[in-house]
Amino acid sequence: MNHIKILLVDDEEGFVQTMQKRLAKRNLNTDAAYSGGEALSVLQKAPADVVILDVKMPGLDGIETLREIKKIYPLTEVIMLTGHATVQSAIEGMKLGAFDYLMKPCDLEELVQKVRDAAGKKDAHEQKIIEARARNIALRRGD
Amino acid sequence: MDIKSYQTIRRAIFTIIILVSLTPLLTLISVTAFGFHTAYRSKVMAYLDQLVEKHALNIDTFLFEKLANIRVLALSHSMEELANEELLNHLLANLQEGHNDVFVDLGFVNEQGVQIAYAGPFKLGRADYSDARWFKEALQNRVYISDVFMGLRGLPHFIVAVKKRVGDERYILRSTIDFGAFNRLVENTRMGKTGFAFIINRETELQTHSREDISAFIPMLEKRLWGQEPDKLPPRNNDEDSWTSFAVQRALAERPVYHFTGKNAVTNKAAIFVNTFLKDNEWALVYVQDKADAFASLYAARNLSLLVLLIGGIAIVIMASILSKRISDRIRTMDLEKQMMNEKVIEAGKLASVGELAAGIAHEINNPVAIMVEESGWIGDLLEEDEFKSTENLAEIRRALTQIQTQGSRCKAITHKLLSFARKTDPMERDVDINSLITEVVEMSRQQARYANVRINTNLSDNLSPVTVSPSEMQQVLLNLINNALDAMDKKEGGLLSISTRMEEGFVKVDVSDTGSGIPDANLKRIFDPFFTTKPVGKGTGLGLSIVHGIMEKMGGKITVNSAVGVGTTFHLYLPVTPPKAEDGKP
Repeated sequence: MNHIKILLVDDEEGFVQTMQKRLAKRNLNTDAAYSGGEALSVLQKAPADVVILDVKMPGLDGIETLREIKKIYPLTEVIMLTGHATVQSAIEGMKLGAFDYLMKPCDLEELVQKVRDAAGKKDAHEQKIIEARARNIALRRGD
Repeated sequence: MDIKSYQTIRRAIFTIIILVSLTPLLTLISVTAFGFHTAYRSKVMAYLDQLVEKHALNIDTFLFEKLANIRVLALSHSMEELANEELLNHLLANLQEGHNDVFVDLGFVNEQGVQIAYAGPFKLGRADYSDARWFKEALQNRVYISDVFMGLRGLPHFIVAVKKRVGDERYILRSTIDFGAFNRLVENTRMGKTGFAFIINRETELQTHSREDISAFIPMLEKRLWGQEPDKLPPRNNDEDSWTSFAVQRALAERPVYHFTGKNAVTNKAAIFVNTFLKDNEWALVYVQDKADAFASLYAARNLSLLVLLIGGIAIVIMASILSKRISDRIRTMDLEKQMMNEKVIEAGKLASVGELAAGIAHEINNPVAIMVEESGWIGDLLEEDEFKSTENLAEIRRALTQIQTQGSRCKAITHKLLSFARKTDPMERDVDINSLITEVVEMSRQQARYANVRINTNLSDNLSPVTVSPSEMQQVLLNLINNALDAMDKKEGGLLSISTRMEEGFVKVDVSDTGSGIPDANLKRIFDPFFTTKPVGKGTGLGLSIVHGIMEKMGGKITVNSAVGVGTTFHLYLPVTPPKAEDGKP
């Protein structure tokens, strides 16, 4: 569980850097990206288990980035961070497959908990896939 | 626009109305009046001409008959018979019997002017007429009718004389004609109030008696009647055959009729004169009538139409004045309303942009606050390291960090509230739990209520059906009502604001009641009108309740109000319940 690969995406460098340090202190290693586009290229090099994604960013915004991520990496879980009180964008994000959302500024412990839940969900999901595969193989072998 | 331009509009409208209404009226009246005037006038004149001509004919006929009678006597009796007074008396009696005493007497006169025989009431036997004018004229002509004169008897009379030749001797048979009978012929020519007729001879001596004193006419008539160009004047027949020409003229009865205007010396008014000539052009029959009298009906009609024109004109002017004032006032009111509307729209636009600005600022502040909170969190993390455990101020630093966290959360709460309040209204409808929405709005207003010294009570029913509304619009409805309630109670220095929900008649009913100043009856009907406000200028837009009303109508609900001055006001909102089938289709 301590080897969750996390990608932190936000256009505020100060926020990202501090968050990285704080998560690192909780044994969570993170990659950082400062825009939606950068996030996609980082994911290409090093796929992440959980992406923490700010909704409001210049250029490719959170919702569009989420859509892209879910298209390319369907198993990757995304937690949305929103500065808006409009729950609207968060709800839209959830409908597009985001795991959960948090209001900025957020409580770190809460964030960590959500990250762990998300990773857990992903693991469980992968486990199911593995099991399905194994069953398939077993069926083919005819045991 | 300034006052002057409205006055210009008013004047233009006024002028147009006057021109358009009066021009046809005046044209019609003038054309009709002229036509009527001409027709009526010529008809009156033709009638008078005919009247005068007929009378002239009558008089000529009268004279001719008398003359013919005497002539028959002169022809049918010998000189000796006529000189016999007894026979003369007998003849006179016959004449009088046949002609209603028109013949007064008969006389037979010799060439020397001595009356040989006489029959009649006057004792005139042997009278000498040798110097009398009629005698001289009668000797010259075969027949003669004298002008009216006083003569020997001192009474107005005239003489009809016939010359009788016996060899070389000339005798005159003459008769006096009753002046009264003759005068009646003319006297009867009376028309209207002022119309009358008279006869004058070439010497402008009056030949008839007239009730009016017409001596004043004479100089004017002399010039008019006999003073004309000689060739225009009817010729006078002085020859021996005057009898024949007189008869012919009478028989043809074609006499010229003249008319002219002048002053009626009797009534001292403008009058028309109609005249023709008779008795061999020696006499003139003149008929005089005041114009006003002759054309009485015409003038009455003219006065009536002038009166109608006057009244109509006044009515048109008044109407034009009122109408133009009303129209210009209406335009002015509309302009003012438009101007006010524009101002309100600008104000509303300003409010909207202020709202957007606030949202922008709130959002921009949110990110730095997030970083600050993160940084303080990081400091807290670092404090967990062993190297800081010994720091004596550890507790104090922790306390400061907690404070930063707390204030950061407060900032977050403020910006989020600002954002949710100021963002553009989201008209998308969804199923809403009205109770939580109310609670949210009440929380937002609590601070404001505290300043107004108002307590807010909520009494929310648990078993409400869900309603399908736009949450932001519903929020706006509630906020507007609450703000109004707070304003109403602010004046009274505090009070109680109660909000309750319950199901009623298939609607979710929300009551918002205050213990404020109340709304007077006069205003109650207008409170939902746009731009109706009782707040001072600049304080209220007058849009709040109208927006509320509009939103309620749009969502198929309704809003009613009860108010009592001094007691308070309650607004009732009726929200339509979501139909069950629509639920799965909603987001």
